[in-house]
Amino acid sequence: MSILALPVMVALPLGFAFLIPIVARRAKAVADSLANIATLGLVAFAVLLLPVRGVYVIGGWKPPIGISWVLDGYGNLMLLVVAVVSFASTLYSVRYMERYTASHRYYSLFLLMVTGMNGVIITGDLFNLFVFLEIASISSYALVAFGCEQDELEASFKYLVLGSIGSTLVLLGIAFVYGATGYLNMASISQGLASAPRSPLLILAFVFFIVGFGIKAALVPFHPWLPDAHPSAPAPISAMLSGVLIKALGVYALTRVLFNVIGVSESLAIVLIAVGVLSMTVGVFLAVGQWDFKRLLAYHSISQMGYVILGIGMGGYILAVGGRVEVAALAMLGGIFHLANHAVFKSLLFLCSGSIEMATGTRQLKEMGGLGERMPVTRATCTIASLSIAGVPPLNGFWSKLIIIIAAFQASVDHPWFIALAAITIIVSFVTLISFLKVLRYAFLGALSQALQQVKESPALMCVALVILAVFCVGMGLLLVPPVRETVLEPAVRALMGGLGYAGAVNAAVAGL
Amino acid sequence: MVYALCFVLFMIGLYCALTKKNVIKIVIGLGIMEYAVNLFLPLLGYRKNGTAPIMDRATDPLEFLATAVDPLPQALVLTSIVIGLGVTAMAIAICIRLYEKYGTYDITEMRRLRG
Repeated sequence: MSILALPVMVALPLGFAFLIPIVARRAKAVADSLANIATLGLVAFAVLLLPVRGVYVIGGWKPPIGISWVLDGYGNLMLLVVAVVSFASTLYSVRYMERYTASHRYYSLFLLMVTGMNGVIITGDLFNLFVFLEIASISSYALVAFGCEQDELEASFKYLVLGSIGSTLVLLGIAFVYGATGYLNMASISQGLASAPRSPLLILAFVFFIVGFGIKAALVPFHPWLPDAHPSAPAPISAMLSGVLIKALGVYALTRVLFNVIGVSESLAIVLIAVGVLSMTVGVFLAVGQWDFKRLLAYHSISQMGYVILGIGMGGYILAVGGRVEVAALAMLGGIFHLANHAVFKSLLFLCSGSIEMATGTRQLKEMGGLGERMPVTRATCTIASLSIAGVPPLNGFWSKLIIIIAAFQASVDHPWFIALAAITIIVSFVTLISFLKVLRYAFLGALSQALQQVKESPALMCVALVILAVFCVGMGLLLVPPVRETVLEPAVRALMGGLGYAGAVNAAVAGL
Repeated sequence: MVYALCFVLFMIGLYCALTKKNVIKIVIGLGIMEYAVNLFLPLLGYRKNGTAPIMDRATDPLEFLATAVDPLPQALVLTSIVIGLGVTAMAIAICIRLYEKYGTYDITEMRRLRG
């Protein structure tokens, strides 16, 4: 597989997004199978592209004039995560979306969202990134409002207003950066910024990037849209939004721009650490008091994104102050690994909540109870995911949290205040565990209430989707085994650690074309 | 000076989007923000007494470089206007549905989601 296959990651979902409403207007089965073929194809291509690195130049116009698409280790990992979660979600949608009409429109929007995310991941051009960001955002606004009920419309409007403010800020930041350097290509901007003085306008542009992408990633204090938007969407869409959208549009784009284009400095890294700690603690304490299952999960998403940002921010800080490189690499490994893990277990949790909602018709934990006997598959998968997010060994969430904590302890030798970060991480983990024990206790244990006597397990296809993700939850610890780590996680860490070396790598690849 | 006006326009839009109670006014606020950025982008490529960036066989490339305004931001603005149109259409569609459900445009009366 060569780099020439890279456009498939965008073209395949884009083509199917328009094919499905044309050929499958009346036949729901055709829409279902086409959507699943598209996402399964994405998984296959993401796996095949794993060893590939390089630059794809669109239309033969070499950068800085043309638009280039760049694939490196970080991009590979993200493409794979997006593909796996979207495949599980489309598989789940086949039966779950039966209660909605117009499934061809649903799949069309779904695949457009995937197109946008894949585009954000592989693009090497700042304005191109904005365009893909908007493709993914607009389709997600529509998907949140898909049910057209009061809650959904209200949540979608709130999300749309905050999301557009975020996008506009990103565009303004791009305009400032273009004014300062005269380039839109990320590699060229990075070289231009290295020689340009840090003017106040440029600092303002960096702030716009942090706020804009921060809104997309729902980091505290830019989070108010998330607890409304994620629960209101249909369950597979909640899984996509919480599982991959906030990561691809928010965390991935933010870290890519901060680390590889601007170059991380001490102050930027401290901002990341502060935002990460704030998201972790605020998110988890808001989650504990929730009784709506999906809303609780949404608050935990905020909290878990804090872990990711904290891990990457710690790595950036250690690099910026010239600390030990291996500790920085460990912290970033923890952050990036947690990003992949969170995508898997959070989408699994949202799909489980969808199964429960479909069977019982409620999202309120207090109205559930005793579902364990009637829904054994949902119970088993939900337990695995809950323990994983709470960081119970040997599930995947445990390993990434452990790595972040170890990195914080190792770094505290040089920077004593890192010990506080490790302590906060451990405390937040405990609160997460308490919160999910509450979920398991109220949903699956206890006596089955009168109203729920007729509850049945979800259809087989939905259970298959749950089991696939559960297997990932159990097995992803294997990614840390050295030979596997070398192919998946280490290249991603190296791509971020490389920092401004990104520009050199891209230019070398372009020169070799 | 014009740059400052752009920024003022942006701030007006942001203020409008964040403080107004009427959903339609919020959408208008978002529009104002977008137009401020759309105005700002071509200003980046502006030069005094510049010519239109159209090159034909008769133009001397060096003279073209010295006098023409930067065409790239103009191309960006076209894209960004189209994206803005999409967002506005989406927002208005949601507003219409909200009005059907609640019978009002007042955001303070749409309070089913709390906590």
